[in-house]
Amino acid sequence: MSSRLTREDVAKVAALARLRLSDEELDLFTEQLSKILGHADDMAALDLTGVAATAHPFGLINIVRPDVVTPSLNRDAFLSQAPDVQDFRFAVPRIVGEAP
Amino acid sequence: MSLPDGWEMVIGLEVHTELQTKTKLFCGCANAFGADANSQVCPVCLGLPGSLPVLNEQAVELAMAIGFALHCSVAPSTFHRKNYFYPDMPKDYQISQYDLPINSNGYLDLPDGSRVTIERAHLEEDTGKSTHLGGSGRIHGADRSLVDYNRSGVPLVEIVSGPDMRSAAQARAYAAELRGILIATGASDGRLEEGSMRFDANVSVRRPGAPLGTRCEIKNLNSLRSLQRAIDYEAARHVAILEDGGKIRQETRHWSEDLGETSTMRTKEEADDYRYFLEPDLVELSPSIEWQDRVRAALPPMPAERRATLLTIVSEPTSAQRDAVGVIVDLQLDRFVLDAVAQGADAALAIARTSNEIAAGIDSLANLSLDSFVTTLQLEASGSLSATQAKTVLAEVLATGGDPVAIAAARGFEQLASDTLSDLVASLVEAHPDEWHRFREGDEKLAQFFIGQVMKATKGQANGKAVIAELNARR
Amino acid sequence: MTSAHDIAARVAAGSSATTEVETSLAAISQRNAELNVFLYVDEEGARAAAHQVDERIARGEKLPLAGVPVALKDNLCTEGIPTTCSSKILEGWRPPYTATVVERLLAAGAIPMGKTNLDEFAMGSSTENSAFGPTLNPLDPRRVPGGSSGGSAAAIAAGMTPISLGSDTGGSIRQPAALCGVVGIKPTYGLVSRYGVIAFASSLDQVGPFAANVADAALTLEVIAGHDRMDSTSLPETSPSLVAHLKDGVAGRRVGYVKELVDGSDPDVAAAVAAAVEVLRAQGATIVEMSIPELQLGLSAYYLIAPAEASSNLARYDGVRFGLRVDGDDVAGMNEATRTAGFGAEVKRRIMLGTYALSAGYFDAYYGQALKVRTLTINAFQKAYADVDFLIGATTPSVAFPFGSKTKDPMAMYLNDVFTIPSNLAGDPAVSVPFGRGEANLPIGVQLLGPGRSEAGLLAAAQVLEDAERAR
Ligand SMILES: [Mg+2]
Ligand SMILES: [Zn+2]
Repeated sequence: MSSRLTREDVAKVAALARLRLSDEELDLFTEQLSKILGHADDMAALDLTGVAATAHPFGLINIVRPDVVTPSLNRDAFLSQAPDVQDFRFAVPRIVGEAP
Repeated sequence: MSLPDGWEMVIGLEVHTELQTKTKLFCGCANAFGADANSQVCPVCLGLPGSLPVLNEQAVELAMAIGFALHCSVAPSTFHRKNYFYPDMPKDYQISQYDLPINSNGYLDLPDGSRVTIERAHLEEDTGKSTHLGGSGRIHGADRSLVDYNRSGVPLVEIVSGPDMRSAAQARAYAAELRGILIATGASDGRLEEGSMRFDANVSVRRPGAPLGTRCEIKNLNSLRSLQRAIDYEAARHVAILEDGGKIRQETRHWSEDLGETSTMRTKEEADDYRYFLEPDLVELSPSIEWQDRVRAALPPMPAERRATLLTIVSEPTSAQRDAVGVIVDLQLDRFVLDAVAQGADAALAIARTSNEIAAGIDSLANLSLDSFVTTLQLEASGSLSATQAKTVLAEVLATGGDPVAIAAARGFEQLASDTLSDLVASLVEAHPDEWHRFREGDEKLAQFFIGQVMKATKGQANGKAVIAELNARR
Repeated sequence: MTSAHDIAARVAAGSSATTEVETSLAAISQRNAELNVFLYVDEEGARAAAHQVDERIARGEKLPLAGVPVALKDNLCTEGIPTTCSSKILEGWRPPYTATVVERLLAAGAIPMGKTNLDEFAMGSSTENSAFGPTLNPLDPRRVPGGSSGGSAAAIAAGMTPISLGSDTGGSIRQPAALCGVVGIKPTYGLVSRYGVIAFASSLDQVGPFAANVADAALTLEVIAGHDRMDSTSLPETSPSLVAHLKDGVAGRRVGYVKELVDGSDPDVAAAVAAAVEVLRAQGATIVEMSIPELQLGLSAYYLIAPAEASSNLARYDGVRFGLRVDGDDVAGMNEATRTAGFGAEVKRRIMLGTYALSAGYFDAYYGQALKVRTLTINAFQKAYADVDFLIGATTPSVAFPFGSKTKDPMAMYLNDVFTIPSNLAGDPAVSVPFGRGEANLPIGVQLLGPGRSEAGLLAAAQVLEDAERAR
């Protein structure tokens, strides 16, 4: 797999991550990310068929809690920290497009 | 509604059901509908920095119960993050099950005998809820939205069927049967109007025997009626396009109940890249055989089994009685009917009165004790009350909670004196010699004729069985 | 500076905790303006806490950290106290809840003095990525203190508090400990609760202590470790006994002297490790020279796994519920404007790297492959631990480096973590202990690595090195 990222790749990723990049940033990040991924090419080139993926260091299983209500937060404690509140709700500008 | 000749619908449903747990899926906040905005939230379900999810044991058990009721196998499963930005999703990712769901490979048999496969039934968390200000109060045209996270993190099970249904009516029957099962397991309250169950329908059409056509997904249908209407509309839209020589574009569509039509929500090209990956804050869920057995053993009988049980109390059920039994089980009244029959009520009468009169007064069922119900049915069976009188008494007991005997007396529903009935029958026999002759010769149908005459003369006050007894005594 | 052990002993004996708080506040006010160690000093809270500790002692409570001032990395949530992660996106945010580790410190009688500087969202190795300016190394203010827990390491080196907490995702406790000449422990993954610890990379993050000596670090770890119901990845057991084992020594232990944990380091650093090895040998350990080539793959795997998890963990900074909001035409525009203004360049770089590694078409080649390399790392460690009790190597390739020397090239900075990253991938514990001096008489950190739950043995070995260092 070639690690060479294009400007378009970086622009697409920035959009997915909800980040806006200037033209200069786009150039800089394209170069830097390509370099970092280039470092990963040795790793990406390894044949690791049959090697299991590890996403967790230790194999704990079935960690659950009983279905018992615990106190919720006092509304003031978090609404006072919100950028915009109306009627005890978090206010946001208009939403374009429905949830997936 | 059906499609023009030579077309076939193919429907698969994704059903989201909220679980009736006391707390949310990953935190101890109360899972209850209708509380003050943002009054049931904590760092976890608000997605505050540093918060971590811990899985609710009861949600796992209810998910397994659903799985077992749908004949699924329960397997070791994991949680993934589905990444997308949306204001009602506080972490901007949803914790859901992806390649390894807790339940897979089951089926659901419908009352008409058809079978719908269940691909999977997995656990995931619900989102918060937005209200839109400005415009018409809908998302489009609004200038501002307000978010309440009380619903954020409420446990959901998403049940995904195979593309096995062939008509909107069948899809509706599947949704209804599934609803009955979810209620029976205790997993859901089945309250569609509160959003406890939401349906997404995948609809395509094809020539019978042809490969599957391009499908469209209709999102967020929240009643059985909209489900059926939306599917019919969508399938007809596909046929119209195809017959016109056009092509179906794969997309997600929105159903407008007011307009009675679907419209484009998102095309396939606009589909997000969700970057699913294993949720590092949770561990594998691998219910032991003992845990599974405990959940399975606690499962109550499902609607199909309960309908069958109810039908065993009548010797040769008519199709009307089969329908009645469906209604009774839907209304969770099967135990009531069985108990009434066990206390001596007539089975056919119990089924008929429950599926009609009691069903109509279901909201005030608390007013009707089992004893009152049995008493009323016995009065009717013995001829002390006519059918019409019995219905009236039942309605009044349901409305007021009074005693049926007292109500009958107060209403003047005296037993039609047997000598009065005897005199009446005698005069009718005289007035209709031909019919009487044929009855005597063995034509039992004529009994109905005489019952009808008696009812006419008594304005429905007589009891049919008593009339037959009187006729037979004269034969 | 008085040790945490001594402070706790005299406060338990009736000396007022207020004295300890005032001593700490004086040390902070003397150098904080210069060094930028604390982003927030909670004078009032500390004084109030000191009174409470005095009352609890008077009531007869046994408090292992009675009256001990502690500095908290500013990625630990503290109710009502600003918690910023050194990011503009969280500037001014006062969490409505407190991290489990902080609750445990409070329960043990420790006194939080305030919040320390870090690389934004713990992404960095020099604390130069803080939105609120870098922290200077107290030993040489022209040089970095290391990172990301640079503030918490510097607090110890500057004598501001006897103990502090940091977090270590790829070396963020051990590396600054080495560069500041203090002790730092990265515990076994799951030994210390992550509840209330603002996530960088969830499967790698662990909170751990800094202290001026091994015993204080061990005591602090005992206080914060142990199962927490609020963290699903928390190990089930209670806190291990560590202080009681500090004098266990290394006689009879087998120690792997690992080529890949020294290769590429400066000669003075390599020499310090060699000297440490000789100390352990002299104390009765058997030294086994070994090579674990898989460890070199760790860096690449880490720089895909950590950003991938971070890209998702940092999605919630969207301007809706807390922190910064920059207006936009619609909600997506507001999200984008907020994140663009609120995150620094390194955070954006890692978010984009991680988003890319997880995205359709690249997942298997990058993220998926990195998870397999993680397995190789774990297997390689396991194989080594079948032969030896623990491993020794350098913590960092060099002593503290000057400001700006690695900021141009992200990869040069990342290479600073090459020795520390493998323990995070494996979830294993590791300790950095000051041993020897290098360029400009700056301290060198020697790293001891062991299998999961081997903290007691690692700290006993660290104690051997500390005793030898003091005797020199
Ligand atoms: Mg879903
Ligand atoms: Zn909650």
